[in-house]
Amino acid sequence: MELRVVNVRKEFDRFPALHDVSLDIQSGELIALLGPSGSGKTTLLRLIAGLEFPTEGAIYFGDEDASRKSVQERNVGFVFQQYALFRHMTVAENIGFGLKVRPGSSRPPKAEVRRRASELLDLVQLSGLEKRYPNQLSGGQRQRVALARALAIEPRVLLLDEPFGALDAKVRKELRRWLREIHDRTGHTTVFVTHDQEEALELADRVVVMSQGRIEQVGTADEVYDRPASPFVFGFIGESNIIPVSIRGGRILIDGSELALPGTALPDGPARLFLRPHGVVIDPTGGGGITGKVVSSRRHGALRRVEIAVGDAGHRIEVDLPAALNARSLGTVSVQPQHWEIYPDA
Amino acid sequence: MAETASGLSAASAQPARGFRSALTEARPVRIVLIALTVLILAVFLVLPLIIIFVQALDLGLGQALATFQDPDAISAILLTLLVAVIAVPCNLIFGIAAAWAIAKFRFRGRAFLISLIDLPFSVSPVVAGLVYILLLGPFTPVGAWLLEDFGVRIIFAVPGVVLATIFVTFPFIARELIPLMQEQGTGDEEAALSLGASGWQTFFFVTLPNVKWALLYGVLLCNARAMGEFGAVSVISGRLRGETVTMPLQIELYYQEFRALAQVSAFSMAAVLAGLALVTLVIKTWFEWRYADQLAAAGKGH
Repeated sequence: MELRVVNVRKEFDRFPALHDVSLDIQSGELIALLGPSGSGKTTLLRLIAGLEFPTEGAIYFGDEDASRKSVQERNVGFVFQQYALFRHMTVAENIGFGLKVRPGSSRPPKAEVRRRASELLDLVQLSGLEKRYPNQLSGGQRQRVALARALAIEPRVLLLDEPFGALDAKVRKELRRWLREIHDRTGHTTVFVTHDQEEALELADRVVVMSQGRIEQVGTADEVYDRPASPFVFGFIGESNIIPVSIRGGRILIDGSELALPGTALPDGPARLFLRPHGVVIDPTGGGGITGKVVSSRRHGALRRVEIAVGDAGHRIEVDLPAALNARSLGTVSVQPQHWEIYPDA
Repeated sequence: MAETASGLSAASAQPARGFRSALTEARPVRIVLIALTVLILAVFLVLPLIIIFVQALDLGLGQALATFQDPDAISAILLTLLVAVIAVPCNLIFGIAAAWAIAKFRFRGRAFLISLIDLPFSVSPVVAGLVYILLLGPFTPVGAWLLEDFGVRIIFAVPGVVLATIFVTFPFIARELIPLMQEQGTGDEEAALSLGASGWQTFFFVTLPNVKWALLYGVLLCNARAMGEFGAVSVISGRLRGETVTMPLQIELYYQEFRALAQVSAFSMAAVLAGLALVTLVIKTWFEWRYADQLAAAGKGH
C-alpha cells in the first residue's frame, strides 16, 4: 500500500505539533521516522494510523483519501511502544482479538482464528506459547506477540511506535534483524518511529529525519549521513564539530584568518562550519585545511581522538587520527576534513 | 532484624547487637507501640463487635431468631435489600461512566467533576437528606407536581430512601476505579480500536476486564454502605414503620423501646448487619489481594 501525507498540520490545543508535513511512502518500503523527542514523529505515525486527525492536510492510502476515516476503517497494524497487550488474555487470544471482533459476516470461525494465531506465532518464532499470559513473557517476546497481533488483521500498512525502545541492547539488536526479515518476507509497507539513529540507519530503506514538527530530510542512510540537507541533520546524525566562521567573497574565515578549505558559493556573512571527526587527514605541509593547537589526545577505540583548539578564540574541535600517531608531540597541526559542510546562520 | 544485623556485621567487624535497620525503633519502643495499637483495636473495634452478638443472644438463640418473625423487621430487611438492589446498580453504571470519562479523557471541568464526585463524602448525610426534602418535599414545586400529577411521593416514601442512598454511596465505585484506570491509560483501548474493535467491543473485552477486581471491590463497599446508611435515610424516610424503615432505622427504633425483648431484637438485627459487614470484609480482603497482583502486573489476570 502506497502512503501519501500531504501538507499535514496538527495542533494540540493550539500548540502546533506538526507544520505542513508532506511525505510519500512507496509500497513495500520500510521507513524510519527519526528525531529527538518532541519532533512530532510519533504524532505523524498516529496521524497515519488514524489515532489522531490532522488539523489541516490529507493522508492518502493509495488513491483513497483516508484523512477522515477512523482507525478501524483504515485497517492498519499498530504496534505500541509499551506493546499494550491485553493482560487478561492469553497470547493466542491476543493475536486472535482482531479477528474475533470482526462483524458477523467477515468473522472467521473459531478454529480458523486459532489456526491463524498459531501460524503467526510460528512466524514470530514463539510457537508453543499460545496459552501464556503477557506477564509470563519477556520483553522481547511481548514485542513479538504485539507484532503478530498487528499482523493478524492483514493490515494494509504496519506502523510501529519505538518498537525496540523498552528492550535491552542485545535483544534490541536481535529483534532489529528479525524485523527486517519479517518485513522482507511479508512485504508490508512499514513505518516505524525511533530516536535511535543507529536503528534507523541500519534497518530502514529510507529515513525521515524530523525536528520540531518539520521534516528536515528524507533519504537513504547514505544520503542523510553523507549529504545532510540541513545543519540539524548534520548535527543529529553521527558525530560532528561545529565552528562559527564568517564568509567573505566565497572564502571561509575563522576569527579573521582564512581557512584553507575550498571556497563556497554562500553569500557573505556569519556561518557555521560542521565537520565530522572521522576521515580527517593530517596535512604534513602544515598549510592546508584547519590549523590549530593540540589540546588533548585520548585513545578512542581503534583510533586516537585529538582535541584541537582552532583560531584566536580557541574553538575546540575533535578529530579522529590514527592511534599510532603521537599527537601530543605535534604541537600545532593542520588537518584536512573529508566530511564537512557550511551552513549560513539563520 | 536478625538478618539485617548479620548482613551488616559481615561488612564491618563490630558486634551485631548494636545494629538495626535505620527505619525501625528500639525493641521496648516497638513493644509499647504494638501493644497500644492492639489495645485500641480491641477496645474500639473487636469488643463492640462481640458485645453486639452477646447482647443479641442475651435471652437465648430462640428469642434472637424470633426477631425475624416481626413484620416490621421483615419489612425493614426487605426494604434494605430493595434499596441496595436499586442503588448499587445505579452507582455501578454511574461510577464506571464517571471513572472512564475522568481517567481516559481531558476536558474542561474535569477537576470540578472529580471534586463533585467526592461531595457525598464531605457532606453530612443528614444535610444530604434535608436537601432532598427541601428540593422534592410535598410543598416544593417539583414535589407537588410529582405528587399531584403522577401521584408519586418521594419524600417520606421509598423513592426518597433510594435517592438518599444513591447520593450517599455515589463516590464508592468511581473512587475505586479512577486511580486504576488512570494508571492503565488508554494504550489498551487504542490497541483494541486499531485491531478493528468497535467502541462497545473495546469496552466489554478490554476496558472492563482490566478493572474487574477494582470494580467488584467498589461494588462491595458501595453495597455495605447502602445497607448501613442511617443519617440521610433517617431524615428523608419519615420513619414510617413497616414502610420506609430500613434495617439501621429499625435497629434504632427497637433500641428506643426499652423493653428487654426489643433490646434483643435491636441487637439481633445489628448482628445481621455486622455479620454482613464481616462477610464483606473477608471478600474485600480477598479482592484486594487479587487486584493488588493485577496492579503490580504480576497477577495472572484470572
